[in-house]
Amino acid sequence: MSDRKPLIQVNRLKKHFPVFSQGFIKRQIDTIKAVDDVTFEVMQGETLGIVGESGSGKTTCARSILRALQPTSGEVWFEAKRGRIDLATTPERELKPLRQEMQMIFQDPFSSLNPRMTVGDIVGEPLIIHKLAKGKELEDRVVEILEKVGMRSEHRMRYPHAFSGGQRQRIGIARALIMRPSLVVADEAVSALDVSVQAQVINLLEDLQEEFKLTYIFVAHDLSVVRHICDRVAVMYKGKIVEMEETEALFENPKHPYTQMLLSAIPSPDPDIKMKPRRDLVESGWLPED
Amino acid sequence: MDSDSAANDIALSISNLRVTFNTEEGLVVGVDDVSYQVRRGKTMAVVGESGSGKSVTAFSILRLIQKPGKIAGGEIIFYPTSGSPINITALDEKDDLLYKLRGGYISMIFQEPMTALSPVHTVGNQICEAILLHDDVTVHEAERRAVEMLGKVGIPQPEQRLKQYPHEFSGGMRQRVVIAMALVCKPEILIADEPTTALDVTIQAQILELIKELQNDMGAAVIFITHDIGVVAQVADDVAVMYKGCIMEKGSVRQVLKDPLHPYTKGLLAAIPSQANQGKRLPTIDSVIGDLNIDTRLALADLSNGRQVALTQDEISKLQITL
Repeated sequence: MSDRKPLIQVNRLKKHFPVFSQGFIKRQIDTIKAVDDVTFEVMQGETLGIVGESGSGKTTCARSILRALQPTSGEVWFEAKRGRIDLATTPERELKPLRQEMQMIFQDPFSSLNPRMTVGDIVGEPLIIHKLAKGKELEDRVVEILEKVGMRSEHRMRYPHAFSGGQRQRIGIARALIMRPSLVVADEAVSALDVSVQAQVINLLEDLQEEFKLTYIFVAHDLSVVRHICDRVAVMYKGKIVEMEETEALFENPKHPYTQMLLSAIPSPDPDIKMKPRRDLVESGWLPED
Repeated sequence: MDSDSAANDIALSISNLRVTFNTEEGLVVGVDDVSYQVRRGKTMAVVGESGSGKSVTAFSILRLIQKPGKIAGGEIIFYPTSGSPINITALDEKDDLLYKLRGGYISMIFQEPMTALSPVHTVGNQICEAILLHDDVTVHEAERRAVEMLGKVGIPQPEQRLKQYPHEFSGGMRQRVVIAMALVCKPEILIADEPTTALDVTIQAQILELIKELQNDMGAAVIFITHDIGVVAQVADDVAVMYKGCIMEKGSVRQVLKDPLHPYTKGLLAAIPSQANQGKRLPTIDSVIGDLNIDTRLALADLSNGRQVALTQDEISKLQITL
């Protein structure tokens, strides 16, 4: 892995949200530091996991990297096809062609697909938006990618409601991959699925990574899934990365007390290994923002 | 089961339950010939994928199946600690006893705390409603109990929180409110329908401990519906594995999780990412089951060690050689 080049280099990334007072004159009274000074890199072909509890800033971090959110400050260097570029400062109109190279897979397969569009339209829409294909070629590419994700070509005539959760997630993956991206951000991509379907989708994501040489940023709260598919893991807590390590090293020997507590809370599927949440590890009075 | 000593140990007994949904596309059997017993003070976990009928079975216990669904057969009998057994399936829709059961003797923790709570009533209002419905107490006394319960489930400053609305609570805190609401009438049976699925692991750990603690305090029997095998391993005493409306395998938690007999259970356990399949492709249920047909309905066969599994005699005798 060490000889590979970084695809993404994130440097002191911050995303702050202003909080305004109630009433007629909205004064800014506070700032929420959703992502606070985060630095890391993602190598080409690597899968980086970002884990943390809800509110830890993991999704905001992923979205700021893709410029779905405008970062407050910091740099996001992306190895694009036409050269290295700082996504954090690129003007909006220059960003559009870059979006082909970075795609996102969403959590909820029920709300991320437009119920009024056929599957073929949903999957082919990015190609139309970027004016990359039309007519016969568009159709061929839609069929090709649908078959790659394990769906059949006749499925493109149907609407999302006709599919199960796992199949919808496959459609979401097809839509992301039809652009031949180099970076895919999967935000809780398998959290909503049953274990059996989840196993299929995880296998699919791994197969596609090999075939298309994809780099994944995998945002998740399910630590066993992260352990299975990620090469490295970053643990976020209150907007900061508290620990970042090779996956096995992190799970075998967590160093930061927050990581230790997080890992101790995973219920083991073995009834003889009793769960012992180590709440004592974190300074007293600490609790996630309840 | 009919003898008194056995009944003393059993809090709820479901036998041959069948729930059907009369849809436009024809009759759908949601639950087919499901039987299980819940022991007093113990936790029964029901696991399965979505659509396996685990929640429908639980809803039947409270007679909450809505049209076009109906209980088409079988019996659910509740054995209160004092008084005679109640046949829940035989009760009339408007029977007073049914209202006493719901939220009184038997209560439920719902999966989605956002939809289980009313957004336009304060949390205190909703908890007190449950108390006032089931116990003949003054509003003042109801509020006192609500505060006490909120404190028990670990909500700081319960007096102030009582006057707040659900949107002022975080997900974990809302789930605690739902738990407080379910426990405030000291139920004999608690049905927890995926109570921690929407929560972070750290909060999940706290909620699981909380349910266990309160169960020990009150001696309630718990039916724990989940698809998370890790949670089952940590909280359950007995397990039933459901698939397409039928129970595939039933036994103690150690028996079922450590030594699954049914190919479906094996598949379900194998599909969880773990150290054993680290770096490899995950086995899916289909790949574990192979070409074995598990869709044909088989009656549960009793095994010598108290377990039950839905397999043919042939397969069972094959298993017993390897056991």
